[in-house]
Amino acid sequence: MTVDDRFVRDFREGQEEPLGTRNEIITGPVSDWATDFSHVEPEWAADPYPIQDDLRGRCPIAHTERFGGGWLPTRYEDVAAIAYDTEHFSSRAIIMSNYRPPRDIAPVGAVPPISSDPPFHHDARKLLLPAFTKKEVAKREEAARAFCHSLIDGFEGAEIVDAARDYAQHIPMRVMADMLGFPPEDGPRFREFVEHALEGVNLPPEQRVANMGELFDYLLEQIRDHVADPRDDLTTYLIDAELYGRKLEPSHVAGTMALLLIAGIDTTWSAIGASLWHLAKTPADRERLVAEPGLLPTAMEEFLRAYAPVTMARLVKDDMHWRGVDMKADDWVLLSFPAANRDPAQFDRADEVIIDREINRHAAFGLGIHRCVGSHLARMELRVALEVWLERVPVFGLADPSTVTWAPGQVRGPRTLSLRIG
Amino acid sequence: MKVQIDPERCQGHGRCYDLSPDLFTEDDEGYGQVAGDGVVPAGGERAARVAASNCPEKAIVLVEEA
Repeated sequence: MTVDDRFVRDFREGQEEPLGTRNEIITGPVSDWATDFSHVEPEWAADPYPIQDDLRGRCPIAHTERFGGGWLPTRYEDVAAIAYDTEHFSSRAIIMSNYRPPRDIAPVGAVPPISSDPPFHHDARKLLLPAFTKKEVAKREEAARAFCHSLIDGFEGAEIVDAARDYAQHIPMRVMADMLGFPPEDGPRFREFVEHALEGVNLPPEQRVANMGELFDYLLEQIRDHVADPRDDLTTYLIDAELYGRKLEPSHVAGTMALLLIAGIDTTWSAIGASLWHLAKTPADRERLVAEPGLLPTAMEEFLRAYAPVTMARLVKDDMHWRGVDMKADDWVLLSFPAANRDPAQFDRADEVIIDREINRHAAFGLGIHRCVGSHLARMELRVALEVWLERVPVFGLADPSTVTWAPGQVRGPRTLSLRIG
Repeated sequence: MKVQIDPERCQGHGRCYDLSPDLFTEDDEGYGQVAGDGVVPAGGERAARVAASNCPEKAIVLVEEA
């Protein structure tokens, strides 16, 4: 057996800084959401739904000159069509920022398989699927439940707690640390990585490069530790995995780990937080769920529909006229699953949260080939987090609605959520 | 009634086997599978319709027998 020396040298050394395209950073209040939208401004973070509803009515494919140019479809049918159309829309970048990676990064992209296009996408995704089936993630339920109980044990004596900071964020952090085989005490670092990747999109490019460098430094450290001491976890699995008869490129191993760490944490943290926020401000729904715990699986899907945390992005491959607008090559498309989920053409009473909604074909986990690979894990965590909370803290409400804060950018959920529990 | 899954459309969301586990199962990659021969037992029509109407990819086909 040969020694695995792929990670002895830093795989980034000797690589030229990818060229790509940078553009001017434009910030500040939006003049008109139809022609100047920005998903990172405070108004959007605080409450994007009235903006999306307004656009769906008057300008269903909005435009912006920010981020070097992009589009925002708000109708379900347009979001679905783009998600299915990998011929005209590329995933080589999926975070709408002021930097576009060069075209030759496709079809792999920086963080496969979310950043990958067909046909490579299928093969990179296939490597991950077996670890994320419903049956496989069920094995983690008992530990997740015990961990949720331990977080609530920590509330002992408190009248007010921050459900985002002291509860929601820790659950996916612990689960992902366990799955990847990272030290559980590194949680605060994960939070930093998440904020850098998803919320820092308007920072100067040098700062963004330095931030991503820190994430990959950390991952390389973990990879080397696993090469020296292999374990039964996803990091060792990826180090050993083969594609086309060869071990993976070092950048593929690290890129997929980056994806799992970032996408596995912020998203579920947001879904748990948004669900608790809804229940805190809607006593009738809270009381009904406490009285009828069997309704939770249905209610949870409604929270996922109404407060879908995740928006993706695509890049237009070539100039084209698409459903009434002139898209240019390398224009961004902000693929808003939250907006699609509130389209009245697709859902009855789309703007209402109906916790016993029986037909709910929502797109919170995406549509088409990029369906969230962690959706079964996210659903398990969300269900367990809400079950334990409702069992232990059946009575709660917003301590002060004006202090609730929401993450800006493409993953939206509460970041400060003070609840009165005593 | 019979249930079928269009494998070209199924992306492994798993709504069918979440909602109607008597009629659907998952394969080793999480894609939906029809349990057995897909014939819906008496009284199972509602479960079949719930699964079909919640599939985000519209991958479930209900075949009504004459």
